[in-house]
Amino acid sequence: MGDLYHSQKQFDPPEEIVDESQIKTWRSHPWWLYLLIVILIATAVGIYTQENLQEAFMFIIRGIGVTVIIAIVSYLIAILLGLLTGLGRISRNVFVNNIATFYVEFLRGIPMRVLIFFIALVGVPVVVDWMNALGIPIENKDIPMEARAVIALSVTYGAFLAEIFRAGIQSIGRGQMEAARSLGMSFGKAMRYVILPQAVRNVLPALGNDFVAMVKDSSLVSLLAVGDITYMAKVYSGSTFRFREAYTILSLSYLTMTVVLSRIMNRIEKRMRTDGR
Amino acid sequence: MADNIIEIKDLYRYFGKVKALDGVSLNVKRGSVVVVIGPSGSGKSTMLRCINHLEVPTSGEVWIDGVCLESKHEKLDNIRADIGMVFQLFNLFPHLTALENITMAQKAVRKRSEAEAREIALQKLERVGILEKADVYPDNLSGGQQQRVAIARALAMDPKIMLFDEPTSALDPEMIKEVLDVMLDLAEEGMTMVVVTHEMSFARAAADEIIFMDEGKIVEQTTPDGLFNNPQHERTKLFLSQILD
Ligand SMILES: Nc1ncnc2c1ncn2[C@@H]1O[C@H](COP(=O)(O)OP(=O)(O)O)[C@@H](O)[C@H]1O
Ligand SMILES: [Mg+2]
Repeated sequence: MGDLYHSQKQFDPPEEIVDESQIKTWRSHPWWLYLLIVILIATAVGIYTQENLQEAFMFIIRGIGVTVIIAIVSYLIAILLGLLTGLGRISRNVFVNNIATFYVEFLRGIPMRVLIFFIALVGVPVVVDWMNALGIPIENKDIPMEARAVIALSVTYGAFLAEIFRAGIQSIGRGQMEAARSLGMSFGKAMRYVILPQAVRNVLPALGNDFVAMVKDSSLVSLLAVGDITYMAKVYSGSTFRFREAYTILSLSYLTMTVVLSRIMNRIEKRMRTDGR
Repeated sequence: MADNIIEIKDLYRYFGKVKALDGVSLNVKRGSVVVVIGPSGSGKSTMLRCINHLEVPTSGEVWIDGVCLESKHEKLDNIRADIGMVFQLFNLFPHLTALENITMAQKAVRKRSEAEAREIALQKLERVGILEKADVYPDNLSGGQQQRVAIARALAMDPKIMLFDEPTSALDPEMIKEVLDVMLDLAEEGMTMVVVTHEMSFARAAADEIIFMDEGKIVEQTTPDGLFNNPQHERTKLFLSQILD
């Protein structure tokens, strides 16, 4: 008996529990990412060594500031609009609720490039007319296309984000609101301190996705002759007829931005998941 | 008037065709403990939730300490702050630590400073016996600990009344006692309590009155002795035989 016990102990060393997802096999490597990086490096080398590519790059990259600023500013405004509209969508106030729903449904029913024109060339002038009627002296030419581009993108994305926020708020159990109200918190305080912090945490991945999408959709502002990288590529290729160089540079510029952003989002998401809150 | 801290007058609450409350009247004396029993769906929760207007009655009146909740002038938030509520599923705020759960409404509603709210929160946590869990998030607490934090959270608002809606029915048996002990302490100190529970040990030990509800009505209103030794109604007897086996 004693021997058996000993021999068992010897032959059964305490095994470590191995999480298979942690083992790096050749299968689990992100090969697609390596391929992407190789392509980007090859292009970088090309830009360094080939004059045509270099010229295209130097021309197009002048629009990068506009692209980045328009994407960020529009997104910040869209978050604000989306949050307010999302709250409006769950409001029991019939008027507020219908205004919010009208906004979301109106924008969802129109293709984005049409919307960009509509908001910049119809929406803005109409609002200017109203302001004039109210005695506020403002002219259409006071509002540059860059500003209209930001307005158009934020209003469009505000409608998307509204649905994300609405879903996020509705995903929080009813008991949370009830507990907050039972402590004497007003609806607004309960939203601010109890519901929204949890809802925003839940929708952070979706918000990250939409920011990446916004970076790509910011190329639509070139339709308004705003000098982002897409517009610069159009101008460059139009005058030099070097379409191949221009659109290679342009595509890979967007790709670089979106891949880097997605990776950052992934990181943040993962960290939040391991933090547990 | 001053004697009854809660007066419920002819309360009705319909959900579509369902009569959750079908003419309920009840007075609760200051400092007394009222235990509410009855089969599932009999309107116990609805009545409790009408007391702080988490549920708005279809008709009837609720008076708290001489103030009618249905009168448009009364600020419900202020009245609710004076009425603590403990839920079956705890409803702690998962994004906040135990301590933060307790300080938040103190700061937002009672306008207490961070330091003051914190001191009161620690005091309440000590009272419910889990001071060492102050910085732990609800997900990392057992059910019994969560419910005690929930009680501490309600107590930190200095309530005049505490409402409990089946506070132990979501708990594993070994945790029920730790929560009931806290509630017994509270009852002993003279807190006005309305408790929906089927823990007859609590009812026996603490209840001044027991109410048996069925189909949205109060069928029987009596003392623990009266209920266990001399139930008046057939439905009460049937129900007791079901829960006391
Ligand atoms: N929000 C609601 N919507 C529809 N019906 C409800 C709602 N709340 C309660 N009820 C109904 O009202 C009746 C009483 O419910 P409740 O007060 O929760 O009973 P109890 O707490 O005694 O189990 C039940 O028939 C229940 O289905
Ligand atoms: Mg119930």
